[in-house]
Amino acid sequence: MIWANVAIQGMLLGGLYALFATGLALVFGVMRMVNLAHGDLGILAAFVALFIIQSFGLPLLWASIVTIIIMFLVGYVLQRGLLNRTLGVDDTRPIVVTFGLSIIIQNALIMKFSADSQGLDAGKIENISVKITNQLSIGWFPLIVFVIAIAVIAALQFFLARAKLGRAFRATSDDREAAELMGINNKHIYSLAMAIALAIVAVAGILLAIRTTFDPTQGSFRLIYAFEAVIMGGMGSMWGTLLGGIVLGMSQTIGTQAFGAGWGLVVGHLVFLTVLAVRPSGFFAKTVTA
Amino acid sequence: MSVVLELKDVDVFYGDFQALFKVSFEVEEGMTFAFIGANGGGKSTLLRTIAGLQRPRSGHVLFHGEPVDQFSAHKRVGMGIALVPEGRRVFPSLTVRENLIIGAYGGRKGDWNVESVVELFPLLRPLMKRQASSLSGGEQQALAIGRALMSNPELLLLDEVSLGLAPVVIKRIYEAMVLLVGSGHTILVVEQDVQHVLTVADYVACFLEGKISLEGKPGDLSSEAITAAYFGM
Repeated sequence: MIWANVAIQGMLLGGLYALFATGLALVFGVMRMVNLAHGDLGILAAFVALFIIQSFGLPLLWASIVTIIIMFLVGYVLQRGLLNRTLGVDDTRPIVVTFGLSIIIQNALIMKFSADSQGLDAGKIENISVKITNQLSIGWFPLIVFVIAIAVIAALQFFLARAKLGRAFRATSDDREAAELMGINNKHIYSLAMAIALAIVAVAGILLAIRTTFDPTQGSFRLIYAFEAVIMGGMGSMWGTLLGGIVLGMSQTIGTQAFGAGWGLVVGHLVFLTVLAVRPSGFFAKTVTA
Repeated sequence: MSVVLELKDVDVFYGDFQALFKVSFEVEEGMTFAFIGANGGGKSTLLRTIAGLQRPRSGHVLFHGEPVDQFSAHKRVGMGIALVPEGRRVFPSLTVRENLIIGAYGGRKGDWNVESVVELFPLLRPLMKRQASSLSGGEQQALAIGRALMSNPELLLLDEVSLGLAPVVIKRIYEAMVLLVGSGHTILVVEQDVQHVLTVADYVACFLEGKISLEGKPGDLSSEAITAAYFGM
């Protein structure tokens, strides 16, 4: 029964990993751009929420909503003002620019908030759990995180499949120039994709900050987990990313249970490398979004 | 007849390579204007420049007498200029219906909708739910033209629409072209295949190395003159 418990914890943790990875997958899917600052932007969102709570005394939920809106706008402006200019010349430009952005965000956060660990307090919801059997209980908070992850991915998938704008995202992903000939402004589409990606990673960053402590250097680790989830799931598939996150989360918790603390991360990386070796295109291989 | 499109001394470069040299011409409303010429003559570049995918280094593109040089391609669609690009370029992961719907993204008003496009190209009717990548070349070409019509264009630019297609499909596409002109569209068509295009064109210009080497009404041009202009002999 202990193993079932560990597996369920891992699965729920995987929801959070998937939430971190969704924006990364969306941006890659729509504009073939790798955003190395993605993890740091999630951590930045957690600090923005912390700052709003400390400065204006807003309750956590309202601070989170404000943060998500801020990150949406930051995403649009960042893409329109900077990242769009890095696209289309060669693949290394956006990588170098977002790598630089990652360093800037980390150091700016250290200057403003110090390198100390911080936390967001969601009250008693963090500690209560629902008892399934005597040995098996599921924490409400991890369960809520998992449900949010599924809801966000389902909403994004629905948007891409059905909405007029979602269709424009897919058309732009297929053929940027042909989409332009349909009257689609790809600069606007790319900026909206980044805006949505950062709104989602803001949700992930805030949930991470409630679940555990966070500090300015956490973004790099989050980026690695997000990459592992996206690649295991298959580039461009949102449900694949969820599955990739779940596999990663379960590998980590089961690894910790089997070999002791510290081994969880190693097992997670090893499972990722195994998937990469056996099935390099991921679980749901697709070359295009949705 | 009013002039829909006018080019004045248009020079277009790809980096240091000059693709078009001081190209000038006028296209009147309801006309079918054909550009013929060998590969690399600058025909596709010309259509891309009119559609806004390529910017002239000097000279102007005028639409209804107004310069459109500052407008990018996605804005020109809304003004009524639609390009069916070389190689069809349908959206492979979208269904046929989605490809058509996205053609209307700009929201220009007009008579074209999914139903009227399917009437023009009945071969698309059973394919509506298929992914565009699974279509044959001829089906994709019909889809690409239909998709462009969905934007309700005034000026339709067709780039090598017969390339690589079976003769029966080419015949159908040229029949459709005649119908389009009948319904008031102005068409610019680029072809390597001279025979077909001469049957529908009101006016022909032959491109050679980025310049117009011969132009006139098809009836006024001898096939010897066309051959000479085509190959630069």
